[in-house]
Amino acid sequence: MQHKPEGSIATDNAAEFKAKLGVKLFIVYSLIYFGFVMIGLTKPELMGFELIGGQNLAIIYGFGLIILAIVMGFIYNYFCTKRENKMIKK
Amino acid sequence: MIYDVSNLAVIVFLFIVGLVLGLSFFFARKTKSSSGYFAAGGKIHWGVNGIAFAGDYLSAASFLGICGMIAYSGYDGFLYSIGYLAGWVVALFLVAEPLRKLGKYTFADALDAKFNSSAIKLTASISTLVVSIFYLIPQMVGAGDLVVPLLGLPHWMGVLIVGSIVIFIVTTAGMTSTTYVQFIKGALLVVFSTILTIYILNNGLKLTPNENYHKFANIEAIVTKDTVVNVSDKSYTVIKTKSVDDFVFVKLEKNGSEGWYNLNKKEGKTALDEMLFISINPKGEKLYNGAPKSERKFFQVGHMSKIIVDGEEVDKTGPLGPFEFIKTIKNSEVVLFSKKSFTDGENLITVWYQKITKGEDIMKPGLLYKLSDASGASFMDRLNFLSLMLALFLGTSALPHILIRYYTVSSQSAARKSTIVAIASIGFFYILTLYMGLGSMINGVIDVESSNMSGPLLAKSFGIGLFSIISAIAFATVLGTVSGLIVASSGAIAHDFIDKYLKVKMTDKGKVKAGKLAALSVGIFAIILGIIFEGMNVSFLVGLAFAVAASANLPAILFLLFWKKTTAKGIAWSIVTGVLSSTGIIIFSPTMYNQYGLIAKNAPIQLDNPGIISIPLAIITLVVVSLLTQKDNSTKDFSI
Repeated sequence: MQHKPEGSIATDNAAEFKAKLGVKLFIVYSLIYFGFVMIGLTKPELMGFELIGGQNLAIIYGFGLIILAIVMGFIYNYFCTKRENKMIKK
Repeated sequence: MIYDVSNLAVIVFLFIVGLVLGLSFFFARKTKSSSGYFAAGGKIHWGVNGIAFAGDYLSAASFLGICGMIAYSGYDGFLYSIGYLAGWVVALFLVAEPLRKLGKYTFADALDAKFNSSAIKLTASISTLVVSIFYLIPQMVGAGDLVVPLLGLPHWMGVLIVGSIVIFIVTTAGMTSTTYVQFIKGALLVVFSTILTIYILNNGLKLTPNENYHKFANIEAIVTKDTVVNVSDKSYTVIKTKSVDDFVFVKLEKNGSEGWYNLNKKEGKTALDEMLFISINPKGEKLYNGAPKSERKFFQVGHMSKIIVDGEEVDKTGPLGPFEFIKTIKNSEVVLFSKKSFTDGENLITVWYQKITKGEDIMKPGLLYKLSDASGASFMDRLNFLSLMLALFLGTSALPHILIRYYTVSSQSAARKSTIVAIASIGFFYILTLYMGLGSMINGVIDVESSNMSGPLLAKSFGIGLFSIISAIAFATVLGTVSGLIVASSGAIAHDFIDKYLKVKMTDKGKVKAGKLAALSVGIFAIILGIIFEGMNVSFLVGLAFAVAASANLPAILFLLFWKKTTAKGIAWSIVTGVLSSTGIIIFSPTMYNQYGLIAKNAPIQLDNPGIISIPLAIITLVVVSLLTQKDNSTKDFSI
């Protein structure tokens, strides 16, 4: 016998929009992440290249990946919440 | 290493442990149903759950392991921070909301929601158990490491204390208490790590970390045909010269005490640099720098050999900003310590020799993971790096103790929001790990026997108060994470295996009792493993847990959510393939051979992280088996 999920799970009319947006953002982040990995694998000397403020590519790319994940999370939540509210009004 | 035990540290430790136990008692009264035990009744606020996510995730691996790895190997340790955080992107964008909608208590519930398959119930419960145990090992090792300087107890006692407290917590209150423990601990960890980072930046960089820092002997040597025949300082006597790989190590005697030195050639002069060493005789007796441990001749290390500011050499910098701190280390030189082992007669000698390292090499990948042709990187070295980064990226959203936290909130949007709170707090913490790791590297706090204690020992160098709080939080970190893992494991045994797979009829109270008994068994097993794996870097061990999770669980989750042709048999066989291939590669890897006391080079698979092989294998299995069993799907409803 199947059981229902815990808590109140209402019908989510925004689910398709959120899933599509999630996949798109995931692809963007994955490309940037594996760009970092590929530089490490193929041209590791580039990681020591100084970019701005005396910081090298490794530091800027590494910090950038962490900050980008946070920023993309907020962007994703903004559009998802907006769509959920729109669906509730309808 | 022997540490002085502080009364303040003991009091703070007891207070934090008391707080955790108090919370457990409080919530125990409220936890009567299986829903309350396994999923906190789905009633946790998303903000609290988000910080509790951080508490779950910022385990011993993050605070102890990453800081230690950065302190030993620079930027290569920071790769773990980048990978661990990137994994949350997969969780947020692909997994959080659909999984919340599908599941009830466990990861197996979600996988099985569409199929009602006994094969999925069985394989998912086994995979949950295997991943949780892989993740439990580093937590227990970290706990053991913590109590050595904190309470002056041996490693095994720390493992036993954590194991016992956690078994008590989990068998009394389950997921509600675990959530609030994680919430408090997650918040405290981020706040006090920020304070520690402020101390590091305010302290700046110094050639001599502190007044008591050891002054390393550097003795001019007279060498004939690679053999040291005499030294300039006549108070020393040359005992023997020993070639080990590309190194020449020399044993000297002074005032009846023997020591090992590393022969170096600098600017046409030959000199002997003092090393730390441990010798073990055939009876198993250990001498630290030639004396029993109790004589305290072994010391903490880590210092800068050259500080360059605006092109000029200086002795110290004064307070630095966050970017200046990194830039100054990048332009300067640091003395790192590397390990070598060899035999001297019947004794096994392990030495740690000084290695002057350019700051620019510390601030980019390459010290731990060989990547460039210049460093002699092989194909397998590069494959190991790729495998690690892949496992870290894909492992987070497949960790059972993280996945069960999605069922503690009330809705899909709450699951999403709590993930974003988690990403923000965890991301901020991971940026701090670079400062805490580098701070440990240069402030004379490294215990060469265990990298795991670098962060707390750095705090100790700034004052016993900060050390006491940081260590107690780190201990609570282990308590919280182990609690979460044991709840996940007990859910896999009691709910997925006994209740759903074996279909043993139990009352709701009976299910809770079965869960508690399962928690007790897993807890005892974890204690044993924590003692066996003493001395290994906890972040490395967690990297392995991520690889097993990414191989066993993630293909099943993602294909279930995004590929309509996925079948129950496809999922079950993919989990089996993922578990067997990843654990098989780990068991026969060079690092594990080292752990067994065998020669690492003889390991049949020269790969430390299995992800690059086991993840694609699990995906291929899922696709092939699903395509071969399409008939099974003809009677199923696939609307999510």
